[in-house]
Parts: sequence; C-alpha cells; structure tokens
Amino acid sequence: MEQFAAVRRSKDGQPVRYLIVDDSVFARKNLARMIESFGGQLAGEAGEGLTAIAEYERTKPDIVLMDITMPQMEGIEAAEKIVKQHPEARVVMVSSVGYQENIVAALQRGARHFVQKPVKPEVLYEVIKYVLGDDALVANAAGA
Amino acid sequence: MKMELIQPFINAADAVLADGLKGPISIASLTMEEEAYRRKGVAALVWVTGDIEGRMVIDLDPETAVRVASQFAGEELPSSDVLVKETVCELANQVVGNAITSLNDQGFHFRTHPPVLHTSEHGSKGSEDTEALVICLETTSGDVYMNIALRYKQAFLQGHSAAAGRQAG
Repeated sequence: MEQFAAVRRSKDGQPVRYLIVDDSVFARKNLARMIESFGGQLAGEAGEGLTAIAEYERTKPDIVLMDITMPQMEGIEAAEKIVKQHPEARVVMVSSVGYQENIVAALQRGARHFVQKPVKPEVLYEVIKYVLGDDALVANAAGA
Repeated sequence: MKMELIQPFINAADAVLADGLKGPISIASLTMEEEAYRRKGVAALVWVTGDIEGRMVIDLDPETAVRVASQFAGEELPSSDVLVKETVCELANQVVGNAITSLNDQGFHFRTHPPVLHTSEHGSKGSEDTEALVICLETTSGDVYMNIALRYKQAFLQGHSAAAGRQAG
C-alpha cells in the first residue's frame, strides 16, 4: 500500500489514534492498513454500535471511523450517542450506502464527514487531515 | 424485473470489482432464473427492504473466492481463512450499498441489511414477480455471479398509480 506523509497530533507529535467500527472483519483490517500507512495507531475496534460507545469511553481516540449498516445498533445512532457525551469527538462515517439522506442524517447527528466505500486511501487521508484541522501535523518528506 | 432496477447493480459491481481487482470487468452472461437458487461456492446475501424489496447474492466458486479475497486483502490468503468469506460478504455489502445509493438518488427509498453468509445449498425459489436475474461477471480472478431478485412493493406501486391518475385527471 502507498505510504503517506505521517499525520500526527500537533499537541504532542504522537500518532493519531483511531477507533474503527465496522461489522466486517475484512473492512476493519482494510481500514487498519490504511491508517497505518498514514502513520496512525489503532486504538480499538468494534463490530457494532453499542461496543463502539464502550470502546470510545475506554480508548478516547482522536478519530472514529464508523460504518452505518451494522447489527444491533447502527452507526448513525452510535455516532450521535458518542457526540452527545463527547462533543469534541470526531466521527467520520465510512459506508457503502452514500445517498444524500443518509449523509445529511449522519452530519446532523454529529458526524464530521462521510467517506463512501470502497474507500480510496488518498480520499480518506485528505478527510482525516480536514477533520483534524489545526490539531494535525503533517510530517515532511524527511519524516520530521 | 425492470432493467432500471438492475442497471445500478451492474454499475456498482463493475466499479467495486474493478477498484478492488485492479483489472477489467465484463459481463459474460445474463440469464433469468425461476428455479430455486443453487449456491456455486462462497455466497453472501443482502436483503433490501422499502419501496423495492428483495435480495442480492454474490457467489464465487471456492478457488475464485480465495483469489478475489487475496487481491482485495493485498496478501495471499489460505482457502481456510475466515477472511475469504468475510471479503465476499463485504463485496456484497459494497455492491448493494453503491447500487442503493444510485437508486435512492433516483427517488426510491429503502434500506439494506447487513450481509449474511449464504450457507444452504439451495435458496428460495423465485416467483413470478421475484424471478431472479443471474449476471456472470468475468474478472481477472475468475467469474463472479450476482443473483438479483427484486420487486416493487405493492404500496409503492399503488402510490405511483394514484399519483399518475391525479396527473392524468
């Protein structure tokens, strides 16, 4: 997989920590490989919304990558509950279902951005930088 | 089954497979099937509910499933690996999700359900209004079968007829 200039936290220079939420093991593994190529760190994983909320509390990640269609509790509801408790939470929805109503619902309920599957690493990379804003530091080519 | 319902699935499968397999995709055959569905190998099923109801199955013979999953995973997977089945499920999820996105933007409203592994040898038999369309997609990793059985929900058709009647009146 293509390597990207590492995105780090500007406050301490540490790798950005991610919580990946998807009912597909394949999708989680795929996203984990991508965040590794961005210089990020996997803080936790969950296969549905309820576990995602618990994992958020436990790991306090910088970014949550959240699928929408999942068993038990769907991603939009889980995102809303996380953001209600933690308004600073940065949740990026990652789903194959990308119609307008779904995107608007996700954004209205607290998600910061939406990425449609199949996920292109270069698209996710740009979204991560955008969502982190000034809290992100992009290492230069020399790896600083 | 109307072509307007099928085309988004073909487009979505083409886009998802071409992206994951990094190679050309072509339609090898397209057939209607009224007999009970017979699984070819590793198959994942996704239900759709709403204005349109039905299901879509993605089905690959075991060897093709391993090749496709390995290509998607970016590493060689053994045939026993659970990721092979997981990948086929995610493939079905992405194809249906992208097709539904396109249909939704055309005004149809529905939702998809999480993919499930189709383990029985036979599926339910298609009926007059849910006959299945089987599309064989030729890829560089082998043939991928898509079995689609969809129908308009009765309430949706009645709503459309009433709207058409009002317009005509």
